[in-house]
Amino acid sequence: MLKQIMIAGFGGQGIMSMGQLMVYSGMIEGKEVAWIPSYGPEMRGGTANCSVSISDDPISSPHVTEPDILIAMNNPSLDKFEMSVKNGGVIFINSSLIDRKIKRKDVKVYYISANDKATELGDVRVANMVMLGALLKIDKLVKIDSIMESLKKVLSKSKHHLLPLNAQALEIGAREIGNN
Amino acid sequence: MSKVLMKGNEVIGEAAIKAGCRYFFGYPITPQSELPEYLSRRLPEIGGVYLQAESEVAAINMVYGAAATGVRVMTSSSSPGISLKQEGISYIAGSELPCIIVNIMRGGPGLGGIQPSQSDYFQATRGGGHGDYYLIVLAPASVQEIADLVKKGFDLAEKYRNPVMILGDGMLGQMMEPVDFGVETSGDSFDKSWATTGKNGRKKSNIVNSLYLKPEELEVHNRELEKKYLEIKSKETMAESYLTKDAEIVVAAYGMTARIAKSAVDMAREEGIRAGVFRPITLWPYPEKELNAATVSAKGVLTVEMSLGQMVEDVKLSLNGRLPVEFYGRVGGMVPTARAIFEEIKRMSEKFGGVK
Repeated sequence: MLKQIMIAGFGGQGIMSMGQLMVYSGMIEGKEVAWIPSYGPEMRGGTANCSVSISDDPISSPHVTEPDILIAMNNPSLDKFEMSVKNGGVIFINSSLIDRKIKRKDVKVYYISANDKATELGDVRVANMVMLGALLKIDKLVKIDSIMESLKKVLSKSKHHLLPLNAQALEIGAREIGNN
Repeated sequence: MSKVLMKGNEVIGEAAIKAGCRYFFGYPITPQSELPEYLSRRLPEIGGVYLQAESEVAAINMVYGAAATGVRVMTSSSSPGISLKQEGISYIAGSELPCIIVNIMRGGPGLGGIQPSQSDYFQATRGGGHGDYYLIVLAPASVQEIADLVKKGFDLAEKYRNPVMILGDGMLGQMMEPVDFGVETSGDSFDKSWATTGKNGRKKSNIVNSLYLKPEELEVHNRELEKKYLEIKSKETMAESYLTKDAEIVVAAYGMTARIAKSAVDMAREEGIRAGVFRPITLWPYPEKELNAATVSAKGVLTVEMSLGQMVEDVKLSLNGRLPVEFYGRVGGMVPTARAIFEEIKRMSEKFGGVK
């Protein structure tokens, strides 16, 4: 079965790495995966999004225009992609930065205060992992263990001391689902 | 070897290394800069040469020089940079030297934009520079196929002593997918007796040149090139057909667009519309026979491109009036959606198709 996810926010929020971790994990689990970034010329700021496809069968189009799942990390992303989500799909909202509810009635929605939770953990940069934890609680696209294994591979050894913080962020994100 | 997750651009670099390429001359430009960046790290590690030239013009002439010595050499750029390289590419084709030129296309004309496009099809498949010549043009549609075609590209370049172009769009270059590089190869099995590496006891010097001042001699050279192009045309076409056997509407598309077209065809099939995809892998030589074979049941062909309509001309030439050919394109860095292609298929099915 094919699942397509759109992750959107501004540059520097870890949008790209969130998607990369998902496809890396999918690959470890022997699934078909694809990741496509879309961003402007700037390194930080500006809008950034990436398309993630995870499937049991070969993927026809990895270009995601009607996602099953949307992760919106800021207001402009929600405005841009809310209507594109498939009927019956799921939207995850970073309610720390997004001040409105969704307009759609035909999708499921989860409000996760990702930035606040990450700041409580001591590092706002793991807001993306809080969101990922929430997503994986709802849809077992890939296993948490695979995410941690992927993190070990993509982070250089000198950054391995950050692994426990990331694991905590994933856990807190999963717990936030209960507050919805 | 097991699969690794990599970006298309980086895979071009690693696949070239795995094919024995040790020389890269280039100049950075979005959306292919990950490729020179990758090779600037990798080539020195294995004793190769990575050189960032002062311009695209310089880079292609360095490729010309390196290729003359019989080594495997590559350059890469994106649309505006490829235009700059055209003079050198024509010289390389005229001198019959093997090399790989990568074009990861962005929107044009002029500086255009940095988002994906397929608007350099004419330039790639009609030579691009001056004079009667062709490049062998390979159009991968996945990260794995990039690896396979870069390897094959070096072999084709040496087999025919002809420059090969890898033509992709910015999306393919920046996409990550798992890839298996397979076994390492080299160009050692090809005849390199023409290479300018010293006389080694031979009486006659090897000269690499594209200048023939006597028209009688240039015509002989042109006829030799023609013979080579005809042989390539008859032997080296490649294409993929997806659900075309019973298809009434066949979508012709290459590269990433063909994958989006596959999703559109899947949507059409769900609604009972018999549709399929024809995907040329070689854009020159164009797989004419394969296209005709893929459209035996067809009532109409829809060409989809990220351009105002370029490959559609080859589709029409190949079908030679046998079937109606229509076109749908997005431009400027916009990517056609599967749904929009599906709507076109549906419209054409109502127009040309039989009773459902």
